[in-house]
Amino acid sequence: MAVVVTAALAAEHGLTAEEYEKACALLGRTPTLEELGVFAVMWSEHCSYKSSRALLRQLPTKGPAVLQGPGENAGAVDIGDGLAAVFKIESHNHPSAVEPFQGAATGVGGILRDVFTMGARPVAILDALRFGSLEHPRTPYLVKGVVAGIGHYGNCVGVPTVGGDVYFDAGYDRNILVNAFTLGIAPRDRLFRARAAGPGNPVIYVGSRTGRDGIHGASLLASAGLDASADKRPAVQVGDPFTEKLLLEACLELMRTDYVVAIQDMGAAGLTSSAVEMASRGGAGIVLDLDAVPVREPDMTPYELLLSESQERMLLVARAGTEEAVAAIFRRWDLQAVVVGRVTDDGVFRARWRGREVCAIPAAALTEAAPVYRRPAEEPVARLEEAQRLELAAVREPADVEQALLALLESPNCCSREWVYRQYDQLVGGNTVVRPGGDAAVIRVEGTRRGLALTVDGNSRYTRLDPYLGAVLAVVEAARNCVAVGARPLAVSDCLNYGNPEQPDVMWEFQQGIAGIRDACLALGVPVVSGNVSFYNETEGRSIPPTPVIAMVGLLEDVEAHVTPWWKAEGDAVVLLGRTREELGGSEYLAVLHGLVRGTPPWIDLEAEKRLHRVVLEAVGERLLRSAHDVAEGGLAVALAESCFGGPRLGVRVTLERGMRTDALLFGESQSRMLVSVRRRHLGRLRDLCRREDVPLAVLGEVRGTHLVIADLLDLPVETARERWRRVLERRLG
Amino acid sequence: MRWGVVTFPGSNDDRDVLRVVERVLGDEAVSLWHKDTDLRGVDCVVLPGGFSYGDYLRCGALARFSPIMEAVRAHAAAGGLVLGTCNGFQILCEAGLLPGALVRNRSLRFVCDVVTVRVERTDTPFTYGCRTGDLLALPIKHGEGCWIADEATLAAVEAAGQIVLRYTDRAGRAVPEANPNGSMANVAGVCNAGRNVLGLMPHPEHAAERLLGGEDGLRLFRSAQAWLGRSAAGGRREPTVVPGP
Amino acid sequence: MPGLVARVVVTPKRGLLDPQGKAVQQALHALGFGEVTDVRVGKYVELRLHDLAAADAEARVRAMCERLLANGVIEDFRLEVGTERT
Repeated sequence: MAVVVTAALAAEHGLTAEEYEKACALLGRTPTLEELGVFAVMWSEHCSYKSSRALLRQLPTKGPAVLQGPGENAGAVDIGDGLAAVFKIESHNHPSAVEPFQGAATGVGGILRDVFTMGARPVAILDALRFGSLEHPRTPYLVKGVVAGIGHYGNCVGVPTVGGDVYFDAGYDRNILVNAFTLGIAPRDRLFRARAAGPGNPVIYVGSRTGRDGIHGASLLASAGLDASADKRPAVQVGDPFTEKLLLEACLELMRTDYVVAIQDMGAAGLTSSAVEMASRGGAGIVLDLDAVPVREPDMTPYELLLSESQERMLLVARAGTEEAVAAIFRRWDLQAVVVGRVTDDGVFRARWRGREVCAIPAAALTEAAPVYRRPAEEPVARLEEAQRLELAAVREPADVEQALLALLESPNCCSREWVYRQYDQLVGGNTVVRPGGDAAVIRVEGTRRGLALTVDGNSRYTRLDPYLGAVLAVVEAARNCVAVGARPLAVSDCLNYGNPEQPDVMWEFQQGIAGIRDACLALGVPVVSGNVSFYNETEGRSIPPTPVIAMVGLLEDVEAHVTPWWKAEGDAVVLLGRTREELGGSEYLAVLHGLVRGTPPWIDLEAEKRLHRVVLEAVGERLLRSAHDVAEGGLAVALAESCFGGPRLGVRVTLERGMRTDALLFGESQSRMLVSVRRRHLGRLRDLCRREDVPLAVLGEVRGTHLVIADLLDLPVETARERWRRVLERRLG
Repeated sequence: MRWGVVTFPGSNDDRDVLRVVERVLGDEAVSLWHKDTDLRGVDCVVLPGGFSYGDYLRCGALARFSPIMEAVRAHAAAGGLVLGTCNGFQILCEAGLLPGALVRNRSLRFVCDVVTVRVERTDTPFTYGCRTGDLLALPIKHGEGCWIADEATLAAVEAAGQIVLRYTDRAGRAVPEANPNGSMANVAGVCNAGRNVLGLMPHPEHAAERLLGGEDGLRLFRSAQAWLGRSAAGGRREPTVVPGP
Repeated sequence: MPGLVARVVVTPKRGLLDPQGKAVQQALHALGFGEVTDVRVGKYVELRLHDLAAADAEARVRAMCERLLANGVIEDFRLEVGTERT
């Protein structure tokens, strides 16, 4: 009854003919069915990063504060007071497109485990969401499901969701993106890693029982687009946040002892990937006794046991002799803890079932010897040239500027996201200082005076028009958002969402994206410590726009000194730092009011951006700023409005110096600009700082009254504009 | 004052209550495990927010049978202070220590927001330091916070003055628009007949520091401190109004 | 040897607003099933029991409902006990 393994069967598993040959050569024989499954999953795009690994090496990953760079379950940076921030962003795109609630929920579950497996208690979640056009019939269903799923999981586990971003764009109609980010805090000298060591040490399985969930989820999802006709429907897992909560508490309790040698969560490719990766990193071998795996279904085959993606499970290597002590901790939390194998010194990943060895593969063959592809890349010159062509003269200025601003404020990408974040517990943990709605979230680092700023950014209009510059701007935007709340940018986790890498133009977009992130991170001195790549976001041959998402963490030395975007008191001077250029390429205004996604993204001078950051951070340190707001989508007019919409909800009276098209002045998205307010008596000091750093400063007017007034251009009552801005998603989604 | 905070499997805000008790109030905080049977002499037991037992079957339905609930029941019967927030409120209703029940929000959605509640009664230990009509800004974060009771129970509870906190707008009016979850009579918190057990859906522990958005929640904790202080000194004293932030 | 199966249905009490039921009714109407005049959404619990005479079982399952499976303040229940159909 043994299945005969053939090249055809290998192809069904998603292995190419060359990959199958290589596997046979590494083994020196034909693989067993179980071994075939293991190769297929470990060499899948999702697990091996075969199409991206070579390029990812370009990213800057080192820095004086970096404690752990890419290569472990999450990255870690030193944040002072003997503590480390442990964080990562990860995608769960394909499952969310199929089953939005559970897809998003299990995405959150997975990233939480990646963080607490390093010994860090998760303290914040953020999500970057990309949906299709609101007009597309499926979009509201997907939005409601994803947001409910994130809330369901995050709220129940008790980790606050403090921020994120949401974009609607027809390019995601058939392929939504759900990128989940988690940050946790751990003592810097008690970080746990996933390197198996100590021959004879027990390998212990903890958490939920194993069922038939998601067999082949990883290899299927990562290597094929989603077609309506697919009978290889990806198997979607159902998450159990209650069990995850118990698992989290039990693991953290375990990590206060010295029983643990290595620990990793079981995510994509389940038991196999955890065991193989731990063995490979440690240069050791692991032998698994599949009969010992706790199961919840009868008659599971060894193939299923190895590849199941049942959620809420961890695998750990403990010091010999501590098995019972480990089990006692998990029993207290009503969780399974079973010895399922041991560490060996032969570097081989083995699995035994009913007295037989069903799998024996050198661990390195599955990881280090995994294929690395340098796929062909080709710039789609004609397409880009066409898209970048923008005849501003042919773009008519709006006749009614007030209506234009209102149209922008009510557009899907500028309107209030309150409908989304009201569904998230933003407060659990008791350390949320700045809640969703500002430029970045701010959390207090418990037991210290410090704070962390958290943001996710990635404008895909820009990357569509220029994949390199768009990636640079994503990093710059994230840094500016950290600076806006008073935090010094510390490190990045990147989630790179692209289409089919076997298409040369997509591969070119990816290369450009990596180069953009590299250059911006080097210039700003911000290393990339973790991240994720999601390929094959395509349907029927149409790929998503290139979407690199940048999650950035910033540090505030004194969290009490944080700043928010909203005006604080009448009479404060309203000041614009930075310069407005006459540019509209890729702007929200151009898309919403003229139906155009054209031109080149806004100009960026990285040195000028750094000077702006220095001025703002110094001003924050001297407590000069009453408010600070990054000027981004929708430009200056939208930024002015947003500063009126929160906090004490005050109006503003400003005069703008003309000298360019009115629409560019009001709605252009020039970079390196910050809209701030200060007490009049501090204007002098702010001018000094700007002069020293050569940052342009313009006093626009003052905080006053109940209207948003831009002299000779518009005069809108704040409350009416705010109500319209607030209700959009509620109206469109119900 | 000694505060005991119970941790059930799935409790989330337990650590936050413990932190407020220790760091903000400067009182003694005792962590109680749901399998304990001894309250260790605490003055007030807090059943915190979260998703005990994953909210399976009904919110609080399984937690009410935890071993510690026997001791909580006895403590309440003897006049001891019991405070249930959010999931804690749900557990107290399931356990029959408070009237009514909490069901799914009318909107069918989880809602996290800051609401205004009006103090209806100051003759409970937790509102002892307030004035009738005081408005408190408190955060809510729940999916099943809609308090309901049958007609007879509602009438009895109103008549006995057991409705302690009501949702209102910022002007203090208990209007439907100010009700975040559809609960009957805009009820945000109720007490038992003995007035020593209070359950409320809002989270006072998340309104205890100005840095985090507000300190109105502290007034409930400080009221209990003041009330206990009064009882310890013996004899009756005029209720002291605890100054707001 | 056939075991016993108890089937319990728990529903929101009549007269109580059931927003979930309302939402389901609206969705059915939107799909063209206008003939639906009321919807209540409840829970179905299936319990497998062993070694009990049917009469005893019914009394005990009733007790399970009263103590745990249904909240008498807001829910009604009905139950039936039978042998496992093979």
